[in-house]
Amino acid sequence: MGIGVMEKVAILADAAKYDVSCSSSGSKRKNLNGGVGTTGNGICHAYTEDGRCVSLLKILLTNFCIYDCAYCVSRKSNDIRRAAFTVQEVVDLTMNFYRRNYIEGLFLSSGIFSSADYTMERLVQVAKKLRTEHRFNGYIHLKTIPGASDELMKEAGLYADRLSVNLEMPTRESLALMAPDKKREDMINPMRYLKTAIAENREDKKVLKKTPLFAPAGQTTQLVIGATPETDYQILWMADKFYRHMQLKRVYYSGYVPISTDNRLPAIGTPVPVIRENRLYQADWLLRFYKFQPAELLSDSAPLLDLEIDPKLSWALQHLGLFPIDIHTADYAVLIRVPGIGLESARKIIAARSFGRLDLEQIRKMGVVVSRARYFITCRHHTERKDWQSQQLRQHLIDGMTSRFRNNFTSQLNLF
Amino acid sequence: MTTLVYDHSFEGLLTAIFDVYESRLKEVNIFREGTNVPAMFTETRVVITDTTKAARVMRTLADRLSPVAVRQFYKCFLSGLPEIEHTLLGYTRYTLQQLVPAERNFGHPDVLIVHQTSRKVEREKHRMEAFVRFSLTADQLYYSIIQPDYDVLPLITRHFRERYADQRWLIYDSIRKYGIYYDLKAVAQVQLEFSTHANAAESAAVLDEKEALYRQLWQQYFNSVNIPARKNMKLHLQHMPRRYWRNLPEKMPGGKLPLN
Repeated sequence: MGIGVMEKVAILADAAKYDVSCSSSGSKRKNLNGGVGTTGNGICHAYTEDGRCVSLLKILLTNFCIYDCAYCVSRKSNDIRRAAFTVQEVVDLTMNFYRRNYIEGLFLSSGIFSSADYTMERLVQVAKKLRTEHRFNGYIHLKTIPGASDELMKEAGLYADRLSVNLEMPTRESLALMAPDKKREDMINPMRYLKTAIAENREDKKVLKKTPLFAPAGQTTQLVIGATPETDYQILWMADKFYRHMQLKRVYYSGYVPISTDNRLPAIGTPVPVIRENRLYQADWLLRFYKFQPAELLSDSAPLLDLEIDPKLSWALQHLGLFPIDIHTADYAVLIRVPGIGLESARKIIAARSFGRLDLEQIRKMGVVVSRARYFITCRHHTERKDWQSQQLRQHLIDGMTSRFRNNFTSQLNLF
Repeated sequence: MTTLVYDHSFEGLLTAIFDVYESRLKEVNIFREGTNVPAMFTETRVVITDTTKAARVMRTLADRLSPVAVRQFYKCFLSGLPEIEHTLLGYTRYTLQQLVPAERNFGHPDVLIVHQTSRKVEREKHRMEAFVRFSLTADQLYYSIIQPDYDVLPLITRHFRERYADQRWLIYDSIRKYGIYYDLKAVAQVQLEFSTHANAAESAAVLDEKEALYRQLWQQYFNSVNIPARKNMKLHLQHMPRRYWRNLPEKMPGGKLPLN
């Protein structure tokens, strides 16, 4: 074909960029073999102008693909430039970027050429070469190809830190509409296989320390939002189910970037639903770290997240009866549900309150967003005097917001 | 009022704190050598750094504080901020007065400042782990020049030694005029005579023949992963403040992009 590496990078990085995951954390691979590389909490080495972290060399092995999924830029019917890396080219790029401290490692995905197994085999080869020939101990995230065999999945797990199977669409129905060639089972089955294999590996490791690592950073998934009509409630409900049943580390929500004139999809020029995506991530955090249930945040009758305020504030406003709480006596689990108090500041309050009573200024210095929290707490020298009604307080807080969101938000509304 | 002047070293500061206790000084200021000390109505004493005294102070602190808090104390010192000595002395005094671990009383001003300052230093450490960019020279040395806000080289040494165990590297702090150099066995502090125009060292003659290529590939990659439809410069700048750009190939002005 005669395309140079420079051009391949341009084409295959461009094609991979809609995959949002760039996390390089959660693994604890050490550099014990005198090679190069370590993993830890993950480092963002750069940020693109869209504000996203660049932690991994995130590329496709190839964007040739036999499938025709409507939402995907690499779909068969799309008239774009195609390219393919050789295994060695990806290995060289990874090693040379890594040695210059540009990246934490590699995130390799691929269009599907010839068959699922054929493709998966090449992805595994790259990882294997890095680990064995180059003694590379940096981070490797492999995307698993739907329908790939268990044997290949197993081999992938031995070399990769993290594996992910993209669900692509929030529901079976959307998938059938957008990607008629793909079946939800092709995604669920490998996920289930990985869940079991990871769990077994962790058990083995307890007994025998020398058990080789198997996907130490676990598995994740991603789905496109805003391309199909699912509600936030459906999405969160599903994410919660996958967190619980598949032990996923993360569910990534990718706001659909219009790239197609296909009439099943939002037209080109439709704004990317960035605010909605952000609210979903906030709600996702509430599920994972703040012990909220999806049904506490949303319901069938109110299935959409409030775009103007964050989901925790929204929840608190609907439960004003539970407030105000006294920060000197409230449990950790209660404190973290107060708008403006995070996990870290809740811990600080609990540590500091045994030394004496705290006032607003002190907790502000600990990181509490007092302008918000003050309506929901009592503390030294402070009780909210006004008897707020939910709607009134909501408006009051929105008026007082000078958040970085505000501009974004209004500019987006103007587009409608 | 007494003023103690010490020699910029951590041991020097600890010795000064020892002297405060030994001489039962009540009204006291501690400054680094060379700081403009307000001279009125004060007696100035030069602290003679003594590792035994320093170790005793360290041991006392370690008895009263958690390892994390001891480390925070050290990070605060590395911040080199004006009057940080004053805070650290206040922190020490408060710690020794209390029967319970004082480090958790975030309501106390010195405790909070120590906590917050060490966080700032920690953030800078993390940034340097992220923003160091090595260039490969013809004799296979990976080198990088940085200008961190705080003196973080002592904090990043271990990370780079463990990660890049099989390559020779040098990271040079051009503000504080010293670097750390790894020779495949151990890391040593080095003083170098770099010309003030550090970039002069980057003349193509001394670089590895592939260096320019990989830098360009990186620039190309950086450009290609951006999604213009999601442009958010405010977020971009928040994470990558401009003052770091001059050492980042992907943000260098005139970084020629072969495509696009």
